[in-house]
Amino acid sequence: MAVCVAVIAKENYPLYIRSIPTENELKFHYMVHTSLDVVDEKISAMGKALVDQRELYLGLLYPTEDYKVYPSHQSPCVESTFPNQLCRYGYVTNSKVKFVMVVDSSNTALRDNEIRSMFRKLHNSYTDVMCNPFYNPGDRIHSRAFDSMVTSMMIQVC
Amino acid sequence: MEAAAGGGCGSGPPLLLSEGEQQCYSELFARCVGAAGGGPGSGPPEAARTVPGTVTAAAGPVADLFRASQLPAETLHQITELCGAKRVGYFGPTQFYIALKLIAAAQSGLPVRIESIKCELPLPRFMMSKTDAEIRFGNPAELHGTKVQIPYLITEKNTFKRMDDEDKQQETQSPTMSPLASPPSSPPHYQRVPLSHGYSKLRSSTEQMHPAPYEARQPLVQPEGPSSGAPGAKPPRHKASLIRSFSVEREPHDNSSNYPDEPWRITEEQREYYVNQFRSLQPDPSSFISGSVAKNFFTKSKLSIPELSYIWELSDADCDGALTLPEFCAAFHLIVARKNGYPLPEGLPPTLQPEYLQAAFPKPKRECTLFDSYSESMPANQQPRDLNRMELSIKDTADFPVPTQDVTSDDKQEQNKTRLALKSTADEALPKDMSEDPATSKDSNSLKARPRSRSYSSTSIEEAMKRGEDPPTPPPRPQKTHSRASSLDLNKVFQPSVPATKSGLLPPPPALPPRPCPSQSEQVSEAEIHPQLNRAPSQVAESSPTKKDIPHSQPPSKPIRRKFRPENSATESQEPPSTVGGPVSAASGKPHAAVQKQSSKQKKAIQTAIRKNKEANAVLARLNSELQQQLKEVHQERIALENQLEQLRPVTVL
Repeated sequence: MAVCVAVIAKENYPLYIRSIPTENELKFHYMVHTSLDVVDEKISAMGKALVDQRELYLGLLYPTEDYKVYPSHQSPCVESTFPNQLCRYGYVTNSKVKFVMVVDSSNTALRDNEIRSMFRKLHNSYTDVMCNPFYNPGDRIHSRAFDSMVTSMMIQVC
Repeated sequence: MEAAAGGGCGSGPPLLLSEGEQQCYSELFARCVGAAGGGPGSGPPEAARTVPGTVTAAAGPVADLFRASQLPAETLHQITELCGAKRVGYFGPTQFYIALKLIAAAQSGLPVRIESIKCELPLPRFMMSKTDAEIRFGNPAELHGTKVQIPYLITEKNTFKRMDDEDKQQETQSPTMSPLASPPSSPPHYQRVPLSHGYSKLRSSTEQMHPAPYEARQPLVQPEGPSSGAPGAKPPRHKASLIRSFSVEREPHDNSSNYPDEPWRITEEQREYYVNQFRSLQPDPSSFISGSVAKNFFTKSKLSIPELSYIWELSDADCDGALTLPEFCAAFHLIVARKNGYPLPEGLPPTLQPEYLQAAFPKPKRECTLFDSYSESMPANQQPRDLNRMELSIKDTADFPVPTQDVTSDDKQEQNKTRLALKSTADEALPKDMSEDPATSKDSNSLKARPRSRSYSSTSIEEAMKRGEDPPTPPPRPQKTHSRASSLDLNKVFQPSVPATKSGLLPPPPALPPRPCPSQSEQVSEAEIHPQLNRAPSQVAESSPTKKDIPHSQPPSKPIRRKFRPENSATESQEPPSTVGGPVSAASGKPHAAVQKQSSKQKKAIQTAIRKNKEANAVLARLNSELQQQLKEVHQERIALENQLEQLRPVTVL
């Protein structure tokens, strides 16, 4: 279950951030913020490689505290499961827009493919938002379609 | 009642009302007044308070009521004048009753005169939405009353609201409403006549007259009230006329059919209007309006950006950042509805779905090309959706189009198919469109490819948008303006290369230069192509006075002239010396006509130039605001960074 979904702009400010257990929203904000560093690290590491072949999906980010975050996207995931794991996944687009998703893997261990498909959906919805001429890049995303898609992800994966 | 009517009437004759009339009129009046009182603090109540101590009916509901009588605009105008409302500036009881009586007279076929109302007349009939047999007089007024809160009343909106409220009000209304008017037995189409009537008014210049009396009474209602006066002066910009329709026209309410989602149903008139607007933005009805063009256009509707964004989201079904004609109509319709106060729906209503729009409005023969083009773009819209289903059902419907090949029968088939689709669900409209696809598959492939490639191209778009701090300025307006100012190519006129000639041309030609020889004129007049632009610079570039006159007299032949230039220059050099005196008389007549043509063309040119400049202004203003925003953000970042720096600086000795 995706407990938090965030879309971060290139300049590292959030375009959209939403979490399910709303009482802990600030905590999720912090988590997303910290994961940004990891994302940037990955981007810069990969940047020296083939840029055009760059993987958009970053996989599980680094582990911290009681929330497990996977390090790299291509290496096999470290399967150290702690109770009540909140896994953070990252995804970056070619225009340096980052999607960060915090997933509660306590009930079901989500497979990588599922996460990828979720990110793909996110990306598609994001491009739909972009296609809207009334959307200025850099604005917060208020699109209802996007909202509903994120909601469906949050509930469905649950 | 009668005494009051007579007394308050002033210069009018005493008004004798029968029992039924009294009751009806007083109810109507009460509703109109009540509507005014029930409205928000804005406009109408204040209009009602214009004359302290007098109970006045708000002009809005009254106007709606009058238009519901389905009398022509001129008659209504006459009636308003006669009843004295125009004179005194408000609808007091007397004026109202007189007006109602006059309406009854007009509907009975009597001339609209004060004398008419002296005789016994049937009660005036007001065509409202017909649900059941009963016509509720009060309904429109009351509904309009509730609608008074919403600044812009347009026919459909009233219709819709009426539909919504009608169910609630049926029970309450029916006992009070004696069947005063014959139920309109006309099918929805007839009921749309007033709508069309209203819209034709909208587009004609007569609308200026109508707003005038009503606007005078509601100076405060619409923030665009003043602007609605202005639109008359403005060039008939599509959006300006739309704003006019929004704020000025309190259109007839009536006419709506019994469909539950009435607000979202596009009538023929509206459809026409939307199509025209589409064409003004994009001459080819089968292609798209790009996002930026549509954005500029819809921004003129003065809705907030989030709302426009949401409307776009609803209407751009395939999310390609461009609007096809049905998408455009849906978006336009949503905007119109929103301006009339309707909350935006959660999802695109079924009547606004692109496939429905294309199915519901099969084009007549003359517009068969449009229809074909819709079907072209339609399949592409449906592409992301059920391809499989469409393919399967193609076979079902394939039998239909197979036998006939010619265009007319194709159209009929399409219409048959559309009717089938109308009966079936919207989904089945898809197969119908897919079956048209094979017939018109030229662009479908490219269109199909669009949604698929969306994901790949979008990233580059994002990048471009992120990198380019400035949103790209909208492409220069297509040269469509020339279709009107056909004789003047503004670009060429304003080219710096021909400043002298320009200045020489714009004012009417001062003197009569020696006329070219008739042979040249013949050549020119023979080859008449469509009116082209560049007459001024191209001709004057010749720097020959003879050429200067030729364009004035024969604008359509300019392009020919250019072709003929090498020949002409040879011939002309010989001609002027030889035929100076002869054609002078002929020339005298020509410049005259040329002058008139020129001045009107210049006016048009100036108007188009003004329009262009305004658009450019708007674009630049937006650009400016966006840049300002970015600047602010950058400032904030900078401040944040500076703070960090401060903190990170090693704590030095105090």
